[in-house]
Amino acid sequence: MKANSIKDKFTNLKANKPLRQDLITYAIVIFAYLLIRILDMAGMVNSQLNGLLVPICVYAILAVSLNLTVGILGELSLGHAGFMCVGAFTSAFFSKCMVEAIPLAIVRFPVAILIGAVCAGLFGVLIGIPVLRLKGDYLAIVTLAFGEIIKNIINTINIGRDSNGLHFSMKSAMDLGMEKDGVFLIKGAMGITGTPGDSNFTIGVILLLITLFVVLNMVRSRDGRAIMAIRDNVIAAESVGINITKYKLLTFAISAALAGMAGALYAHNLGSLTATPKTFGYNMSIMILVYVVLGGIGNIRGSMIAAIILYVLPEMLRGLQTYRMLIYAVVLIVMMIYNWAPKSIAWRETHSAKDLLAKVKGVVASKSKKGGN
Amino acid sequence: MALLEVNNLGISFGGLRAVDDFSISIEKGQLYGLIGPNGAGKTTVFNLLTGVYKPNVGIIKLDGQDITGKKTIDVNRAGIARTFQNIRLFGKLSVIDNVKVGLHNQMGYSVFASILRLPSFRKVEAQLQERALEILKVFDLDKEAEVLASNLPYGKQRKLEICRALATNPKLLLLDEPAAGMNPMETLELMETIRFVRDHFDMTILLIEHDMKLVSGICEELTVLNFGRILCQGKTSDVLNNPEVIKAYLGE
Amino acid sequence: MEFIEFLINGVRLGSVYALIALGYTMVYGIAKMLNFAHGDVIMVGAFVVYTTCNTLGLPPVVGIVVAVVLCTLLGILIEKIAYKPLRGATSNLAVLITAIGVSYFLQNAALLIFGAAPKNFTSIVPYEGIQIAGGQITIDGETIVIIAVSIVIMIALTVFIKKTKAGQAMLAVSEDKGAAQLMGINVNGTISLTFAIGSALAAVAGMLFCSVYPGLSSTTGSMPGIKAFTAAVFGGIGSIPGAFIGGILLGVIENLSKAYISTQLSDAIVFSILIIVLLVKPTGLLGKNIQEKV
Repeated sequence: MKANSIKDKFTNLKANKPLRQDLITYAIVIFAYLLIRILDMAGMVNSQLNGLLVPICVYAILAVSLNLTVGILGELSLGHAGFMCVGAFTSAFFSKCMVEAIPLAIVRFPVAILIGAVCAGLFGVLIGIPVLRLKGDYLAIVTLAFGEIIKNIINTINIGRDSNGLHFSMKSAMDLGMEKDGVFLIKGAMGITGTPGDSNFTIGVILLLITLFVVLNMVRSRDGRAIMAIRDNVIAAESVGINITKYKLLTFAISAALAGMAGALYAHNLGSLTATPKTFGYNMSIMILVYVVLGGIGNIRGSMIAAIILYVLPEMLRGLQTYRMLIYAVVLIVMMIYNWAPKSIAWRETHSAKDLLAKVKGVVASKSKKGGN
Repeated sequence: MALLEVNNLGISFGGLRAVDDFSISIEKGQLYGLIGPNGAGKTTVFNLLTGVYKPNVGIIKLDGQDITGKKTIDVNRAGIARTFQNIRLFGKLSVIDNVKVGLHNQMGYSVFASILRLPSFRKVEAQLQERALEILKVFDLDKEAEVLASNLPYGKQRKLEICRALATNPKLLLLDEPAAGMNPMETLELMETIRFVRDHFDMTILLIEHDMKLVSGICEELTVLNFGRILCQGKTSDVLNNPEVIKAYLGE
Repeated sequence: MEFIEFLINGVRLGSVYALIALGYTMVYGIAKMLNFAHGDVIMVGAFVVYTTCNTLGLPPVVGIVVAVVLCTLLGILIEKIAYKPLRGATSNLAVLITAIGVSYFLQNAALLIFGAAPKNFTSIVPYEGIQIAGGQITIDGETIVIIAVSIVIMIALTVFIKKTKAGQAMLAVSEDKGAAQLMGINVNGTISLTFAIGSALAAVAGMLFCSVYPGLSSTTGSMPGIKAFTAAVFGGIGSIPGAFIGGILLGVIENLSKAYISTQLSDAIVFSILIIVLLVKPTGLLGKNIQEKV
């Protein structure tokens, strides 16, 4: 009986292609994790790679979550780093405040991640509002502007704590007017220093799995279908009673919340957290977008893999120093043209491996025929 | 009481009266035709009925409920579904998923149920699958359920639009040139299907069409639009023999 | 008096934004793409002037001519190699990412050639400033030249598009590529010309920008580029007067908020105003509103 039901499940799985694909995605992550762990135990993971493990998870989560907006909802967003920034600073602020009150990292960190995700999600709703009115490039520039605003404002925030309680200023750290025993929690452009280093590879992988689980399950559900229907044809989606407002806001909120989670992971991996253009500016948002586009718009597994490869590649090329970003740029251009140019697509269609094989076979067959005659 | 009761409907675009003094009354179960030359304002009437445009004047009542000026999604929830002249399918979704989107408001579960894969998700998804296949079967599309909608041949895309509209369980179905681009054989088959839909789903249908054979073959009553105004209204045979209508169609 | 000085400086900055935004908006109008590499052409222009004038010691006029010519060629080359193959691609994200690739390329090529340390750019404007209102306000030579140049270019561009055959072809191609082709317009040539003009303007903008803000590095172009892109959207992307007005307004708002509110928050203020404007008028100040036909 039991064997039967397992067999049933198995045939079910065979028939259910999307589910199978999702399981493969999870399996890749778990396998990669185990592989790294084993290599680590064997002492084969050098310190450089070791330092990349948490960031890899951060960027994979960011790429997967951005694909929800760009690939599934079909709206171009250039402000994803802004959501990450919100998640990073709110969670790090929480951890720094609570490091004495909750000494156990295993309790404190999940709460910090949750706070980062929720705050970023709220900002997602906020940015979702213009999304309802704007389209295409106009929306893209608003998301970009939004990310810059977040970064800019965070750079001016000063918060300190002394015996009188919390102090807040947007001018300067001196302006807080604290007692002698005061500590700076956020110090303007200097950001937050001394965040507890709660992040590690295992937590990163768990968060990545959670992200994949949320995004993949959502895509393959009634809500995912509604979101993709909006992407494919808004007017038709409205005509069958899909609530456009609800689903656009929902998508932005979830995508932002996941990015906030990635931000929390990022913040607790570093001793000091600053909102520089490099870490949270539009360049970072664009970087994540590159992962999504190269991994395949709407292809969740693809964006994860693209994020990992494209993040690790330039780091591994560090030996080439200055040339690495130049090479990266050329690779990017060539790959885009190869993947998307109409002529390249047509060429690949006529020269695909299958066709080539068929041609070879044909030649061989005709030759053997001739030989036979 | 009529199912659809439209009184004195009108809309202008930049001073141009696109539709003027449009009134119509459609009984439950009727197959009603809206015809007229190109640019007469037929699709504009559909857009007014479905809330894509807000009328300047006039009242639209569906089953006694005033739906004038309501948003498209509320109009759909009130019971009007439509197809489009220029096909608007969800091209990157499979055929069956297009129908499932149509079923969106018929059966559901929460976002949490879908993310956490709660039992309600499995139950409702199974029901959705069953119901969607049922609808596809009517149009002989069940074998192509997993094909991408954009990969369907043209005629089947039109049929799929009807499936999707029916999935929303409407009281009134609006078909915008369902036979456009079909060959005579396909049109004949479509006529059968439309009749079948009316009987099988107990549906009221209002359709825009250019193909006179289709119109005269299945519509019981007609309204003829010309330059945004009603030229003639009544029983199909009477309307088609009206000299004014013939003049409007064939010119002087 | 102080206010007027801030205002004039704002107009100066805004004029540079306007020059860059004109390039953005023309390319967008015709190729329907956001040319993210446009900002980096500014940097290239400035570096060419730096090399000819500061390193080789040639007079500024030579530097200006060489920079304009080289940037024009660069613009045409970028379009031919990186963007043209992607014309007609199914997703317009493809060409956006390619433009980002080109931007990375230009920045890192400059980094390789000139190094990371910022160069001190010598102003190309040889004129002294003037004093008005009885010596209470000083307007320096750069300011006068920048404002004058941007006004002249704006007028010339408008006349060019309205009165010449090539300009009319640009309008036609931006309306409908296919129809323009059928009418016998050389679409590829017109697009090349647009990139050429846009890049020449970027070169001019680059040398003027660096004459006021002399620190020149490989990333000099990116922030003015983004601001100018914002200005173009602000004014209604695709519209030439829109880009001009958007640029000036952006410069003025930025400078005034730096002066009166907060230096650190000035970018946040500029971007917030952009968002508000777009919420009220989703296609920018002078943009056309196109509704999808059902």
